Amino acid sequence: MATPPNVSNADFNKVLAAWRQTVGADWVFTSPEDVALYRDAYSPYWGEKEERVASAAVAPASVEEVQAVVRMANQYKVPLYAISTGRNLAYGGSAPVYSGSVVLDLKRMNRVLEVNQPNAYALVEPGVNYFDLHEHITKAGLDVWIDPPDPGWGSVIGNALDGGGGWTASPFRDHFGAHCGMEVVLANGEIVRTGMGALPNSKSWQHNRWGFGPWVDGLFRQGNYGVVTKMGFHLMPRPEAMQTVTVQVTREADVIPLVDTLNLLENQHVVNGSTSLGGGQPGAGGNAGATAWSASLPIYGPEKVVRAQVEYCRDKFSKIADARFTEGELFRTPLDAATLARVRKVSFGIPDLSTFGLLGRNAANPSPPGGHVDFSPILPRTGEAVLEFMRLYREKLPELSEGGALRILGPVFMTNWDRTMVALLMFPIGRDPQMNGRMRNSFRHWVELCAEHGWGEYRAPAVFQDDVAKAYSYNNHSLRRLRETIKDAVDPNGILSPGRYGVWPKHLRKV
Amino acid sequence: MKCAMTMLLLAAGCMSAHAAEPMAPASGEAVYKRWCSHCHSAGRGNPGTESLQVKYGGKVPAVLLDRTDLDSAAVKVFVRQGVLSMPPFRKTEITDAELVALGDYISKKNAKP
Repeated sequence: MATPPNVSNADFNKVLAAWRQTVGADWVFTSPEDVALYRDAYSPYWGEKEERVASAAVAPASVEEVQAVVRMANQYKVPLYAISTGRNLAYGGSAPVYSGSVVLDLKRMNRVLEVNQPNAYALVEPGVNYFDLHEHITKAGLDVWIDPPDPGWGSVIGNALDGGGGWTASPFRDHFGAHCGMEVVLANGEIVRTGMGALPNSKSWQHNRWGFGPWVDGLFRQGNYGVVTKMGFHLMPRPEAMQTVTVQVTREADVIPLVDTLNLLENQHVVNGSTSLGGGQPGAGGNAGATAWSASLPIYGPEKVVRAQVEYCRDKFSKIADARFTEGELFRTPLDAATLARVRKVSFGIPDLSTFGLLGRNAANPSPPGGHVDFSPILPRTGEAVLEFMRLYREKLPELSEGGALRILGPVFMTNWDRTMVALLMFPIGRDPQMNGRMRNSFRHWVELCAEHGWGEYRAPAVFQDDVAKAYSYNNHSLRRLRETIKDAVDPNGILSPGRYGVWPKHLRKV
Repeated sequence: MKCAMTMLLLAAGCMSAHAAEPMAPASGEAVYKRWCSHCHSAGRGNPGTESLQVKYGGKVPAVLLDRTDLDSAAVKVFVRQGVLSMPPFRKTEITDAELVALGDYISKKNAKP
């Protein structure tokens, strides 16, 4: 049995015995084969001494059990690493940031506590994934949609807390932005409810996210100041229809008016779906009539309104010379089975796992390494930024992909959040330490390179979180120091998820 | 806590409140539907099926439930160790007892629906 760093065997055994009393012996995992299930299946350090691994795992089933587990850990200074469903693959999975931490596995807390149709919200526990919530809503016959990210097995709470996004309409696809109220267990075991939830007998916990006084919810997004045990989310009433329009331009520089127009329509809330931008390949647009860039703009709403919005979009894009405007099929919801079988389900509020086909074994790639990690720099939503990124990408890719040998995929310009886009690169990860090492070197170079251009990542795999956090260095790392001050105040023993997103407790700080 | 939450919801007058019981699949079929079907069913958008089609080139069925060569031991290895982009599944997701039921179901020891 492994022991957490700086914790004696005797103390750890006392803690484990107490936890077994609290959660039941079946839900405290210490054998090597059970603990191995918490390894990050896509770890860039798989099998190397730097791989982040747990010492044990404990799985409470209620908030009271979470309190008892955390109190015991705090007494004996045992580091915990909280996971919801542990499916944050490509960004760390279920493995801790700080090796030797005990994984606090919240998967057994899997209740959908409420789905309210008139005010369109849900209140869930951390173990609820998108499949669960969708199934619950479907069985109850409620007329609201969820907003799934690509992997439907992800936790609704966990995805939001990691900063994830989905694919339906604004504002629901910014998952943290769509939350409303949370319940948190602090390092001392105390329960806090945020927003209106702080009012005993509150009647509006999931209706109003702000409450009274300073808003603290943001501390728990990518944070390590508490264990979130409940969270509310606003849901989208099922839209009557959805239609996607596509706009293609032939000149590379036309990405500037293309994105400007797209922004205008999105910021006017004429276009509310998750837009996308494709193209930018070297040589594209060089031939007369060839497409240099293509944007797609989904619109959700009542059919008559959608049709009017489409016409408004057509008019706006007609100002770009030679732009080709194409109306896609208008879908009326709910979709029938035949239609459902040919569309991208997540765009219709239905979770799936089809995205894993992209980097899994497929006809185009019969021998993939298996996993991947994502590199996700945030760019301002302008055509100029896209062109600047593409210039850098074309200049540096030959060197940083080792002439293509690393098979880095991307960039995919993701526009889940308004006013920004993510220039996503995907790095294949497997079981070959030598190849993984080359991937890591390349990943870290991209972090530095993008930081030099003013682009920072919105999220990162656990093993790269320090690298990314280091780039956010304005005024001698004043933001990091503020976060450390808060960490020391609310978690003085530093037991909650040490190192998560670059925030370390005092005794583990390297600088 | 659950009682307190229920009272809170009733007090709030939420007419469409739906408090669910913990979702704990017990049968092999339920475990399959919950954890395997999203990747291993027939049709478009099933990466597990696509992967097995490429791996075996049609020599064995790509859809998991059409296989006749998988025994419980093989199911256990894949579930607990994972393969390629399929991660292993923890005991908080599929318990040992559920894994036995799943192995029985996939290896046809249980009657198929």
